[in-house]
Amino acid sequence: MNALRRYLDKIKPNVEKGGKFHFLKSTFEGFETFLFVPNTVTSTGSHIRDAFDMKRGMIMVVLALVPALLFGMWNTGYQHFLALGVEAGFWEMFWFGFLKVFPIIVVSYVTGLGIEFVFAQIRGHEINEGFLVSGMLIPLVMPVDVPLWMVALATAFAVIIGKEVFGGTGMNILNPALTARAFLFFAYPTKMSGDRIWVAGLEKGMETVDGYSGATILGQAAQNNEVFVNGIGEKYTAWDMFLGTIPGSIGETSTLAILIGGLFLIYVGVGSWRIMLSVFAGGAAMGLLLNAFGGNALMDMPFWQHLIVGGFAFGAVYMATDPVTATQTQRGKWIYGFLIGVLAILIRVFNPGYPEGMMLAILLMNVFAPLIDHYILEANIRKRLKRAKVQA
Amino acid sequence: MENLVNIFVKSIFIDNMIFAYFLGMCSYLAVSKTVKTSTGLGIAVIFVLGFTVPINFLIENYILQEGALTWLSPQLADVDLSFLSFIMFIAVIASMVQLVEMVIEKFSPTLYSSLGIFLPLIAVNCAILGGALFMQEREYANIAEATSFALGSGVGWFLAIVGIAAIREKIRYSNVPAPLRGLGITFIITGLMGIAFMSFMGIKL
Repeated sequence: MNALRRYLDKIKPNVEKGGKFHFLKSTFEGFETFLFVPNTVTSTGSHIRDAFDMKRGMIMVVLALVPALLFGMWNTGYQHFLALGVEAGFWEMFWFGFLKVFPIIVVSYVTGLGIEFVFAQIRGHEINEGFLVSGMLIPLVMPVDVPLWMVALATAFAVIIGKEVFGGTGMNILNPALTARAFLFFAYPTKMSGDRIWVAGLEKGMETVDGYSGATILGQAAQNNEVFVNGIGEKYTAWDMFLGTIPGSIGETSTLAILIGGLFLIYVGVGSWRIMLSVFAGGAAMGLLLNAFGGNALMDMPFWQHLIVGGFAFGAVYMATDPVTATQTQRGKWIYGFLIGVLAILIRVFNPGYPEGMMLAILLMNVFAPLIDHYILEANIRKRLKRAKVQA
Repeated sequence: MENLVNIFVKSIFIDNMIFAYFLGMCSYLAVSKTVKTSTGLGIAVIFVLGFTVPINFLIENYILQEGALTWLSPQLADVDLSFLSFIMFIAVIASMVQLVEMVIEKFSPTLYSSLGIFLPLIAVNCAILGGALFMQEREYANIAEATSFALGSGVGWFLAIVGIAAIREKIRYSNVPAPLRGLGITFIITGLMGIAFMSFMGIKL
């Protein structure tokens, strides 16, 4: 350790002001703080002493994503071998999924962090850790067969237009990972929806077992099927949907893995339990309301089933709780979360083009989150003024 | 009744004036610096749309359309005055805006001064004329439908401008790159909000 410290101290003068590698200062700082805890303290503004900084918060979220990631890798292999009708062992499936998913993660991190480094250098601020989470979320919301150049393009769009133009981490108004997903969804709709993109190998026209269909549960429901079957015609049970052995984006299928991550986030105090709870409450309320009317397969789907299929749970736990783009006030979080749940189910049911409503619902509420905060602050101010007047 | 609600909801979300048609952008971009003024302007737009579209609807159906003048005398059945519609619509809008201006000046001088030049500009706000022209194009069956369309469009415009005003208040302290400060970032935000609003496209009501 001491040798490392000495080495860093030796090259430090080169990147300080006046040194010949000054233009690499923020890169150096980024690596230095990765290796050693910085000994600087906040110099202006409020002084809260806490070991919790952005680096730790972001690492917590990445850790919370690990169950969904590992399950997603296994499920990729499972779905693939199911489609091909090949028997395969646990590790074989996992290894196949790993080889599929890992390049997407690498591309997302390299593109995003590359852009972050360039912006940090040019604008002379520190490299922020915010992208560590976005870079992990982006692969998890992609279909497994997405071309890597699309991942790179979407990541670049999300980091530049979604984040850096606002001044970097903490300033963005839309969740960067969802911006990337929405960008691809609207720019390359054929690559982001349909029956054939959710299972590895189908796009490239691999031989599958006869009559195989890779449609997701929501895709089948949008076709007005009452009974959801997997590719080879076996009926899905609610248990399958909960465990996540269903086709879908890489990380979104397993509600169980997501719940583990969610509980972890709540336990370490990074994710807001208010938002998670109210998203599920909103979804359930809307689902119940639609059940009361009924009419087609999506409306008749039991309300609890809405919450465990598609990206609902994933969005509720990892996307809606993004501390930057969510509402900042406690009461606002209830409203924000509840409306996300309601809108997600509404879009899912009433918009035949987008059975995946969760992404768009969160983006829409991201847009209105500052407004909700504004009105709650105004209401508070009015209430207190009134109280002050009564006392005076 | 259900039909009216459908038209209302549709014109707020699906056919939003700003995010679906990008109409009325000039005042939307210029006056959206604070939530307070944009609330005022948004209400003014709802008010003006809510008055002008029904009036224009009557003019369209009883004066301008081909055969609309039959209520005067049967001989006028083949008179088609629709080439006058732009002039007539604009005249109605301009006079209504004058009226709104006088009312606001009388009852809320602070709002009047904060809206400044933008209130007369509503007269040439594309969203208002757009409302009248969409009303003509979509051939609403009766005045109630036209009114609910007008109010819905106004509310949609109101939501859009208040939403972006809140965002602009929030990012006031953000470290936006210098070339993008002001209008540049506002355009980008509008585009991103448009992506979010695309969630409603394709919903059939």
